[in-house]
Amino acid sequence: MDWEVVIGMEVHVQPTTRSKMFCGCAVGRLGDPPNSNVCEICLGMPGVLPVINKAAVEACLKTALALGCEIPRHTKFDRKNYMYPDLPKGYQVSQYDLPMSINGFLEVDGRRVRIRRVHLEEDTGKLIHAGDKLHKALESFVDLNRAGVPLMEIVSEPDLRSADEARDYAVALRTLLRTIGASEAEMEKGQLRAEPNISLRRVGSVELGVKTELKNINSFRALHRAILYEMSRQTEVLESGGTVVQETRGWSEAEGRTFAQRSKEFAEDYRYLPDPDLPPLEIDAAWIEELRRALPELPGARRGRLVSQHGLPAADAVLIAADRELADLFEASVAAGAESKPVANWIIGEVAPSGKIPTPEHLADLVKLVTAGSITRDQGREVLMESVETGRLPSDIVREHGFVQMSDESALQVEVEAVMAANPRAVEDYRAGKKQALGALMADLKKRAPQANPRIASDLLLRLLG
Amino acid sequence: MLARLGLEPGDEEFYAEQLSGILAHIDRLQELDTDAIPPTAQVVEVANTLREDVPRPGLDQADALANAPSAVDGFFRVPAIQEET
Ligand SMILES: [Zn+2]
Repeated sequence: MDWEVVIGMEVHVQPTTRSKMFCGCAVGRLGDPPNSNVCEICLGMPGVLPVINKAAVEACLKTALALGCEIPRHTKFDRKNYMYPDLPKGYQVSQYDLPMSINGFLEVDGRRVRIRRVHLEEDTGKLIHAGDKLHKALESFVDLNRAGVPLMEIVSEPDLRSADEARDYAVALRTLLRTIGASEAEMEKGQLRAEPNISLRRVGSVELGVKTELKNINSFRALHRAILYEMSRQTEVLESGGTVVQETRGWSEAEGRTFAQRSKEFAEDYRYLPDPDLPPLEIDAAWIEELRRALPELPGARRGRLVSQHGLPAADAVLIAADRELADLFEASVAAGAESKPVANWIIGEVAPSGKIPTPEHLADLVKLVTAGSITRDQGREVLMESVETGRLPSDIVREHGFVQMSDESALQVEVEAVMAANPRAVEDYRAGKKQALGALMADLKKRAPQANPRIASDLLLRLLG
Repeated sequence: MLARLGLEPGDEEFYAEQLSGILAHIDRLQELDTDAIPPTAQVVEVANTLREDVPRPGLDQADALANAPSAVDGFFRVPAIQEET
């Protein structure tokens, strides 16, 4: 019998702020000296008064709006109590029964994934463990630079049904967060942490199976691998007649497997209580409206518009809308007079892989040169690279290098005939029916006359081969 | 963190009396009929106390660690926490 996987995602995202959630400490960088971005408030010293960071609240509200969430008028912060050395106050400030927002959705692969809630909380410190697998550690070391850094927690309903969907959900979420400027959302930098919970059930069953939650996932690729591993592990357990244990499992990238974690083994009861130091928030309609108006076009809407307004194929639109910088470049280049489909090709084929972004004027200029047949595509690649590096207009570079595409038939014919004379064997093969010999002839032509217009040259070659 | 307070020998009786007093007071509070009173999250009538997102200097590392029972290389040092089984 077949199993169906059911996946929900809990994603922690660090909103883009300069200071921490409840104190003025700078949000530091990876590699800062330990305990160098701390103060009395985030160290949990007695008698201090935390104050809510407005930018973190607004980043969370913008995220909620972009996810189509309801934003209740009243929201508050609660203390989640547990004892752990990475938590200097003995509690984490989070949101319990009145989160900032509820009931949203994110469109993934053409399907709506429901969002249960988006709330704000604070990060904990970092623990470094001495010792290794063979030597039991006697001590751990605590760095509280991260303690008190704002985090948004985005919780989905268990609506995902494959490792692919779970990864696409995380990617779509990152695109959305970056588009609205709520977070840099770099997984490798720990600004986006995805924790999937996974269970299996018989195909056709509506009841949910026992789930495990995965942690320590540092890339989209790791997310995909970890889920596939966990699916096969659970399948094995169930098919050998066992039961899945509800637990948190860590992903080991090096070993390519998940393992049971015994971290933070606390009673289920966190004794949540409203934080008496933090007055509640009243989110009124005017505030929400102000934030809504400031939102840029969201990736989903933009994707649709790239298809309807610019006539791009859906696959191109998905790739370009996924990155706001690329989408802006695309639209500005088209506005600068270049044809949309060739612009899309250049962005997807050259700009995105190189990560080097030309100005729209330069890209439009380049695309026009290539589509007009003034230079070849290969020459265009070179010119684009040089234009990005030097900041100069492609037309100027072309003029300076004397890059001109040879489109004149009589001039091209000389070159084509020379190639045929130099490769009698390939000519014979082609005429004997080995059509792949054409490739060798074209390659030689490209070497001999790099400026040759490939389309006209190959037409000519075919004609002369007869 | 109160749970972590160490008592000097001889202080037990003094604190036992205080703690019993607190517990007795809570018992008294329990007698109140609160059925008709909605739960209260906050007792002060303020909301939306927010600060602008501007970093301010905090403590330097030495001051941050000054109260720590044990510290090494800029880290707080604590008894071992094992994360893996
Ligand atoms: Zn601080």
